[in-house]
Amino acid sequence: MIKKEILEHRTIGEILKDYPFTDSFFKNNGLEIAGAESLNWASYFESIDEEEREDRALEPDQLISQLAEFINQMLEFLDEGQQVHSLTILPGTDKSGQPEGFDEFVVRTGEVISIVGPTGSGKSRLLGDIEWVARKDTPTGREILINDDVPDTSWRFSGAKKLVAQLSQNMNFVMDLSVEEFVELHAESRMVENRGEVVKRIIDEANDLAGEQFKPDTPITSLSGGQSRALMIADTAFLSQSPIILIDEIENAGIDRKRALELLIRQEKIVLMATHDPVLALSGDRRIVIKNGGIAKIIETTEEERSILSHLEELDRTLLSYRTRLRQGESLID
Amino acid sequence: MNLVTISGPPSSGKTSVILKTIDSLKARGLKVGVAKFDCLYTDDDKLYEKAGIPVQKGLSGALCPDHYFVSNIEEVTQWGLKEGLDVLISESAGLCNRCSPYIKDIKAVCVIDNLSGINTPKKIGPMLKSADIVVITKGDIVSQAEREVFASRVNMVNPSAVIMNINGLTGQGSYELSTLLHDGEDDLKTLVGKKLRFSMPSALCSYCLGETRIGESYQMGNVRKMNLPSGLDAEKRQGSQ
Ligand SMILES: Nc1nc2c(ncn2[C@@H]2O[C@H](COP(=O)(O)OP(=O)(O)OP(=O)(O)O)[C@@H](O)[C@H]2O)c(=O)[nH]1
Ligand SMILES: Nc1ncnc2c1ncn2[C@@H]1O[C@H](COP(=O)(O)OP(=O)(O)O)[C@@H](O)[C@H]1O
Ligand SMILES: [Mg+2]
Ligand SMILES: [Mg+2]
Ligand SMILES: [Zn+2]
Ligand SMILES: [Zn+2]
Repeated sequence: MIKKEILEHRTIGEILKDYPFTDSFFKNNGLEIAGAESLNWASYFESIDEEEREDRALEPDQLISQLAEFINQMLEFLDEGQQVHSLTILPGTDKSGQPEGFDEFVVRTGEVISIVGPTGSGKSRLLGDIEWVARKDTPTGREILINDDVPDTSWRFSGAKKLVAQLSQNMNFVMDLSVEEFVELHAESRMVENRGEVVKRIIDEANDLAGEQFKPDTPITSLSGGQSRALMIADTAFLSQSPIILIDEIENAGIDRKRALELLIRQEKIVLMATHDPVLALSGDRRIVIKNGGIAKIIETTEEERSILSHLEELDRTLLSYRTRLRQGESLID
Repeated sequence: MNLVTISGPPSSGKTSVILKTIDSLKARGLKVGVAKFDCLYTDDDKLYEKAGIPVQKGLSGALCPDHYFVSNIEEVTQWGLKEGLDVLISESAGLCNRCSPYIKDIKAVCVIDNLSGINTPKKIGPMLKSADIVVITKGDIVSQAEREVFASRVNMVNPSAVIMNINGLTGQGSYELSTLLHDGEDDLKTLVGKKLRFSMPSALCSYCLGETRIGESYQMGNVRKMNLPSGLDAEKRQGSQ
């Protein structure tokens, strides 16, 4: 933990040398520091025209507190010892106030859990409880533990360090950038080191997931639905800092769903997905059945079920091939 | 009573978030009212009325809405007390990038949306930088990656804020926000003696006060000129001919 009193005695150059990532803090706060390396905090602000300070509401004291806070967050964020290994759900009550029928539910990294149940039964609420790291303070009364322990609240509140990344059905890209520029930008915000390599890897993986190919200089806004989802999944797998991925009903995505899941699991993520799709549901190791707002059952996917899976996948592929033929203007009868 | 000041750029989702959050506060048996501050026009009061929420509105006209806010918030607070509110929420149009309606020791929330572009956090001044809670809306229409980039930019300009993603349409996340807005402890009786978090620019120009005529002789108060090549002043040129 660095205190602002300590920063006050350092020069801008020293701060940058000890904490290179503060570069982006200065940039995003519009503080021009080139040539000011030898100044300390107070004299740096004295070097800025008073009128400009007033115009831009620059308050040295507030800014140095924010800088200290930022440095502390980043140090924590870069600390590998903070890794998440498991997520535990402790029971609450369903919509009628009845206790849920399980003791605890533990999920470990690399596992895929599917969540099934009718519309309105409470699937999204369960995902919401996990995202908010519930402490018996949501309508369900559930409690979420991380690494078998009550987690500290920074998971809830920090902007840089979120427990959960969400992938959902109707998502678009809105920025006016090419695929490559966009992934670069995300990598930069994550302070990834070998950026070029990671960016290339993500684009390659996304191309593998999507049926149709796209290029690094394709504008992200002109990607097809399937291509965008492929890029989102590859990007989330490699660049999202969040150890847990929630997928809320991403059906018929126009991508190789099984490979997408494999990609996420390989990156040591915990994956929970609400779904109505039997192929996806069966690719989970276990599935949570939700009824009337409560977890009614937890079903382990058996070998027998998995044998149906290959049949379902066969059907899926057949359907897909018909869809392709239809799209290409061919006859559906051989 | 608790007072919460909420501010944010036009159409960022303030009203949507406030309405959903009030649902959760009401479910806890709390009485909530809203005061809406805008410049020229707003229909928000009708939306609040329709939801059965006591509401007052104030239009600042040609004045900066935040200047107008400070001049009126004490009276609005007294209105809230008289109505017997547990929570009074002020919604201000964040039209001025230099001012903010935030008061020391009063909870301050800034609402901005994912669609406003990743350079927006850099441009917004105290309204974003000195908020306790930053709510980011419209995450439903952008990708996870864009949400992450946007949130990290917000974090960069206000590292100490609680940053929350809320969907203004479905209300996802608003329950969580509601838990941060009311603790039984706060018992506000008056704002007299409290201070703004940031001073607002001291002087106004004549156009702020309704002047419409163009020309240097009509410009008074805090006037600033662009840096242009010299000899462009038509009034002086005509005079010298
Ligand atoms: N897709 C989407 N739309 C949203 C969301 N939040 C708000 N909106 C929409 O954005 C528009 C503006 O929302 P308002 O809540 O009126 O915004 P405001 O900030 O109160 O606007 P002013 O008070 O007029 O400045 C409305 O059409 C909302 O339905 C969101 O999370 N997702
Ligand atoms: N255990 C519960 N107790 C109280 N309300 C609940 C509970 N579970 C879900 N709800 C509420 O029921 C509604 C529908 O749930 P939602 O998660 O959106 O369903 P789904 O995603 O399965 O369609 C939401 O308003 C949610 O907050
Ligand atoms: Mg749902
Ligand atoms: Mg509004
Ligand atoms: Zn102003
Ligand atoms: Zn003016």
